[in-house]
Amino acid sequence: MTAPSQQKLKINGSAVVTANRLGDGAVVYRAAVGGWTTRLDAAAIVGTAAEASALLTEANADERQAVAAYVAPVALSGGHIEPANLRERIRLAGPTFALPASFGI
Amino acid sequence: MYVYDDFDRTLVAERVADFRDQVARRLAGELTEDEFKPLRLMNGVYLQLHAYMLRVAVPYGTLSSRQLRTLARIGRRYDRHYGHFTTRQNLQFNWIKLSDLPDAMAELAEAGLHGMQTSGNCVRNITTDQWAGVAPDEIEDPRVWAEILRRHSTLHPEFTFLPRKFKIAVTAAKRDRAAVRVHDIGLRLHKNAAGEAGFEVIVGGGLGRTPFIGKTIKPFLPKRDLLSYVEAILRVYNQYGRRDNIYKARIKILVHELGAEKFASEVEAEWLTIKDGALAIDPALVTAIASHFRYPRYAPLVDNPPELARARGNDAAFDTWFRNAVARHKAAGYAIVTLSLKPEGGPPGDATSDQMDAVADLADRYSAGEIRVGHEQNLVLPHVAQRDLHALWQALDAIGVATPNVGLVSDIISCPGLDYCSLANTRSIPVAQELTRRFRDLAAQRELGRLHINISGCINACGHHHVGHIGILGVEKNGEEFYQITLGGRADEEAELGALVGPAVPYAEVADMVEDVVAAYRELRAGPQELFIDTVKRIGVEPFKERVYAAR
Repeated sequence: MTAPSQQKLKINGSAVVTANRLGDGAVVYRAAVGGWTTRLDAAAIVGTAAEASALLTEANADERQAVAAYVAPVALSGGHIEPANLRERIRLAGPTFALPASFGI
Repeated sequence: MYVYDDFDRTLVAERVADFRDQVARRLAGELTEDEFKPLRLMNGVYLQLHAYMLRVAVPYGTLSSRQLRTLARIGRRYDRHYGHFTTRQNLQFNWIKLSDLPDAMAELAEAGLHGMQTSGNCVRNITTDQWAGVAPDEIEDPRVWAEILRRHSTLHPEFTFLPRKFKIAVTAAKRDRAAVRVHDIGLRLHKNAAGEAGFEVIVGGGLGRTPFIGKTIKPFLPKRDLLSYVEAILRVYNQYGRRDNIYKARIKILVHELGAEKFASEVEAEWLTIKDGALAIDPALVTAIASHFRYPRYAPLVDNPPELARARGNDAAFDTWFRNAVARHKAAGYAIVTLSLKPEGGPPGDATSDQMDAVADLADRYSAGEIRVGHEQNLVLPHVAQRDLHALWQALDAIGVATPNVGLVSDIISCPGLDYCSLANTRSIPVAQELTRRFRDLAAQRELGRLHINISGCINACGHHHVGHIGILGVEKNGEEFYQITLGGRADEEAELGALVGPAVPYAEVADMVEDVVAAYRELRAGPQELFIDTVKRIGVEPFKERVYAAR
């Protein structure tokens, strides 16, 4: 019901800042090197509310490139990064079923 | 078919030009997102999980073949070769780029299509019976009145910034196929004892977080007073509706808190000050607007022609489809044909661009170039000669829209859910897909009879779960998807809200749960002729609860 961008900032573990690219709405992440990236493994990772807040502020100031930024949880394991909830898994990988044109109905 | 005039064309073209300028300024950084967002929403452009989504209005659910081809082309050129027909008779493109939207909208405008009144706190696209103008049980074509309301509301300054979105539905038939009792305003055109036609005005219905069945505040409103009375309702709503709390902002909350009687008296007082003014409807206006609706010249045909009888006798699959998807037409020798967009394993309401083109071609050949969209997320060909039904069926079957499951358990209404929607908590479409697989046996479906499943991926209830015979609502619990099941809802003339059958179940169990509910129905029904909804009405949900939770 409430979009993540409208929720209070809470950090419980590692997180990234994600948004949608202005021109096409594609899912992007605030990059470790600055700017935005479509690759989660290139995202800047934060671990505290203060870090997340600072990264979010930076992201929101760049709304010419991406919009509706918010903090999303991630799971780190053996140097690998993954979305930590279903919503973010779907944002990263797309719908969980084959799109209509691809199964020929 | 509604035929656009110069005013319509100019309005839509000007809106495209405005939007093109707004997009350019946004991309150039001259508009902030806060400034741009309300502008894009006024044109039906949302930002969803993966991309922008464009919602295209299909006023009163009527499309020409040219318009459907335009939608197919937009899907092919700017999206991913498909579109999604919604529970409000609209069509959504899920993958469109902001930078492409002005061009896409310009192409839509050439066919008289747009995204106005599909978003924002305005009077939304006005919906009606998908069989309007051809249903034998209607007293007249309700689309004329939907169009009068559309014209009045599109640019009305008082209706542009309402406390919340506002949905109006109109029906003129005995059977309510437009769900008028679950709309902000429902209008039921009927005749009084003197034989005059007028409107029953129902207010304050709606689903979402706080569902209500609408209350009748005017049993009979003369046609001439429709605009003034609707305006009075909207003025009272505009004055008293809550703007401080989005969850209490819909008119249903106001009607509930004031009480229908008090609300009606407020409307009446406002109405008396305006009813004989400029909003009184001149019959000449009605005639003029009605003239924009063109009907085919029906040939002098007879019902059940020999070709049809022969085909039904010779082809069992055709006969099965005929019994399921073909309805009686007001003109002898013609039929209303429903095209199922609910194939086994398919996302409910989705149609590929190729399917849209093919349906447009078939509409030209068999249905006077006209297509309808129903709130059940199926399409309709409204003017098919019965002698052509067998040939049409073969063509529909070839493109995957002749599954004979209309109104049956696999004809599932579903919102896009968490696979697309930024508001959703849980997925809807995969639940629907799994259910269509569980109930793939069409003979078994027919034996069950009419049974509507509605699925929503969050409390906003775009899948109308409250009024599903079986309603499924997705809720998130500690990051996991759970689903509540309600029974006994219905959206027709006997509209009811479903009752919760018990605790929510996890994603992996929801299809099992629905199968158990259906199995319980088989045990509990008074006989094969008693429909699911009638069994629930007769015995309530408790006997279902005892059975389906016994093993859980």
